[in-house]
Amino acid sequence: MSTAVLDFEEMQQPPAEESGALTAAGPLNGQPDRSPQWLRETRAAAWDTFSALPMPTRKDEHWRFASLKTLDLSLFKQPLPLDEAARNGLRARSRGLENVAGRMVFGNDQLLSRDVFSEQLRQKGVIWLPLEDAAIAHPDLFRKHFMREEAILGGKKFAALHQSQAKAGAFLYIPRGVEIDLPLETFHWLSGSHGSCFPHTLIVADEMARATVIDRFASADSHSAGLACGVNDLWLGAGAQLTYVCVQDWSRKTLAFQMNSTVVGRDATAKALTLNLGGSHIRSESVSHLRSPGGRSEMLAVSLADGSQEFDQRAFQIHEAPHTSSDLLYKNSLDDHSRSIFSGLIRVDPGAHQTDAYQKVRNLLLSDDAEANSAPGLEIEADDVRCTHGATSGQIEAEELFYLQSRGINRTDAQRLIVFGFVQEVIDRLGHGAITSNLSEFVQAKFKDSPRLP
Amino acid sequence: MTTETATQIGIDRSLGDFSYPESHKFDAGYGLTPATIDYIAGVKGEADWIREFRHQALKIFNSKPMPTHWASKDLESIVFDNIRYYLANGQRATRSWEDVPDDVKRTFERLGIPEQERKFLAGVEAQFDSEAVYSNIKKAVGDQGVIFCGPTEGLRDHPEIFRKWFGKVIPIGDNKFSALNSAVFSGGSFIYVPPGVKVKHPLQAYFRINAENFGQFERTLIIADEGSEVMYMEGCTAPKFETATLHSAVVELVALKGAKIQYITVQNWSANVFNLVTKRAIAHEEAEVKWIDCNIGSRLTMKYPGVVLKGRKARGEVISIALANDGQHQDTGAKMKHEADETTSNIVSKSISIGKGRATYRGRVEVPKHLKGCKNNTECDALLINSTSRTDTYPAITVIGTGNACQHEASVSQVSAEQIFYMQQRGLTEAQAMSLSVNGFVNDLVRQFPMEYSVELKRLIDLEMEGSVG
Repeated sequence: MSTAVLDFEEMQQPPAEESGALTAAGPLNGQPDRSPQWLRETRAAAWDTFSALPMPTRKDEHWRFASLKTLDLSLFKQPLPLDEAARNGLRARSRGLENVAGRMVFGNDQLLSRDVFSEQLRQKGVIWLPLEDAAIAHPDLFRKHFMREEAILGGKKFAALHQSQAKAGAFLYIPRGVEIDLPLETFHWLSGSHGSCFPHTLIVADEMARATVIDRFASADSHSAGLACGVNDLWLGAGAQLTYVCVQDWSRKTLAFQMNSTVVGRDATAKALTLNLGGSHIRSESVSHLRSPGGRSEMLAVSLADGSQEFDQRAFQIHEAPHTSSDLLYKNSLDDHSRSIFSGLIRVDPGAHQTDAYQKVRNLLLSDDAEANSAPGLEIEADDVRCTHGATSGQIEAEELFYLQSRGINRTDAQRLIVFGFVQEVIDRLGHGAITSNLSEFVQAKFKDSPRLP
Repeated sequence: MTTETATQIGIDRSLGDFSYPESHKFDAGYGLTPATIDYIAGVKGEADWIREFRHQALKIFNSKPMPTHWASKDLESIVFDNIRYYLANGQRATRSWEDVPDDVKRTFERLGIPEQERKFLAGVEAQFDSEAVYSNIKKAVGDQGVIFCGPTEGLRDHPEIFRKWFGKVIPIGDNKFSALNSAVFSGGSFIYVPPGVKVKHPLQAYFRINAENFGQFERTLIIADEGSEVMYMEGCTAPKFETATLHSAVVELVALKGAKIQYITVQNWSANVFNLVTKRAIAHEEAEVKWIDCNIGSRLTMKYPGVVLKGRKARGEVISIALANDGQHQDTGAKMKHEADETTSNIVSKSISIGKGRATYRGRVEVPKHLKGCKNNTECDALLINSTSRTDTYPAITVIGTGNACQHEASVSQVSAEQIFYMQQRGLTEAQAMSLSVNGFVNDLVRQFPMEYSVELKRLIDLEMEGSVG
């Protein structure tokens, strides 16, 4: 592969101008469209699909329990331009893990910086590019994997919207047998009032490849409304190992959709964890396809909701081949008037024997107005399987609080400790020291920012 | 397991295949129109308000779409125009066994009713086609002030008791099939138990379809007044028909303060029956309602017994056993709606899928705002016998606020190869071992049935597994 693609070239920024409503053309920001013809065509087709599909309704099983009133897309404009000061500001704020193999920063879907710190990438033929550059430089690889799995959990319309607009995000290809030790990190910033962004993450891990990727979603200012509509496509070849982490910390006025698809090949292991902190209404859909024998998918999520936040999470574990396993653990801590929805399904296709599937959602209710909806599901069409799911909803036990208080810890701190312990179990499952402690910091920070402590 | 064994343990439906010539004096003909309603109301000599109720229900039924956005598409194969909505054997409910026609007696004999009668009957409300043909209220029950009759008599003779709750637990428009039942209901049991009365013997009713293309729309309303206790048993078997037939009942239970109701069903319709039943109870303060539900027969059963826990410390329970064989879909479950503090509910569901059978659990648990001390426990276990068997679980749980606890657990497994191997090396055939294993799987639930019923239930499960021996 060419080394040229690894050279960093800052894009020329267009002059700031007023952004309009979302359109078929997508955001151009005064630049010529660099996209190849085929990509423009798929975008146009996706826009038509988006326009043709109706908004979800009450009758739609995939939107059961969801608040539909807050899904008004007409409020939002296409990605807003950023001036030099804003770009510098966001770049400076893009600090994540101390040691990473590379870091990309996007603001309002524009590339702000791309740094490669590890020589490994260059030497071993890893492709790590902004999405649009990847489409131009590696059209075959790109087309084979970009949004090939349909959004089957109700988000078809929003996936189409994403596809019509998506220009930002990281494309990662890890060649056969290559192991990247340090994580690759991508920031997506949403800045300005009523703007939008469409982050995409596309990872193709070839046979026996290994990598860890972390996406960070955040808003430049905590009071601006915005729309985020992201998709990620994870592809694992035979024996590949991929850890994907997403830290979602949009502003409290952000409406966000996230559609995740993971395709797990033979003996491959995918591990994905989402930490949900921000947003007003977050809709996330995660589908794991266990496509070949020996595949394993771990789906993890921690959501800390307060105020009037709504976290609507749908998950689907599809066992398409025998001898596959999946393990889902979602934990929600709910304060104030917040709501959580978990709708999950384990599906075992005919012939997918020796499936071992597990699904567990746990809700911790911290306030009398918090609401937890759980709908774990099973659809089993093979007999030699072990499938289990569980859902619990409860609150902090008085005995636990009393114990801690009797040891001299005040009530507020005691509650906090219990919530940390509750979610830490999920974060620990990552088994990655640096990321684990980084996520724990975010969890603690959320409580510090909170107007009312748990 | 092998397909050979699958056929071995298949159900021999022919054991229940018997039928006697039909003779219906009253027949509303095929299809459902306002004229059908007027005919039924006329034949029954019903009050105007009931006729109005039926007409309104028909309108709602026609306006509601089929719930196929979540339920089985198989519902679309019901042709409502090919169904006869009312026919009676030309007789009013009778009290004495001697008055029952001989051919009806022969049918009941195959079902074992006479033995049950001799052994323990407190009262029998056996339904043959759409009108109760045999009604025997044991003297002792009547002496206690218990009213045990059909809906027509109940609403005519005791409106002050039954009208208050009729259609209130399950409103007409609750779902498409409750609307259908409300339009054309006939037959069923209306029971009132006075305050403090503990009905010693279980009240029983056997239902039976014996006419081709004929649907049964029985209506049951049980009111247990303060501090009373009653157990009601309902069992269904049906001969095999050529074309699909529809059974759509509505069962309403009202347990007033401190009352206890147990409602037991053994459903064994033949494998061409659509069994679409709405069952719900209201439990007032400190009342207890327990649904024990066993589904073995039918083509498609959709039944989710529910309890609305309206009063403090009310308790609701659903115990469900489902057995789905080739061509069957048992879509069962439970609903628990907590509406008061310290209410508790428990759901235990076990299903067995054999051959191409499909068993589905659907559940709904709601704990709304500002309640304290509510608890729900749900357990669903599914057993898959063959590689072509299917099972689904779709629970939905909503909890608002602190001070409540809900937990749900479900598992899917197959009969362990080690178990079968162990039994085989002790001299059992594979089929015998399988049968024993299946019985063991449901045994703890079967034991919750009253003695007489658990015997019948075991017999029915044995019947299902009969082909497997030898």
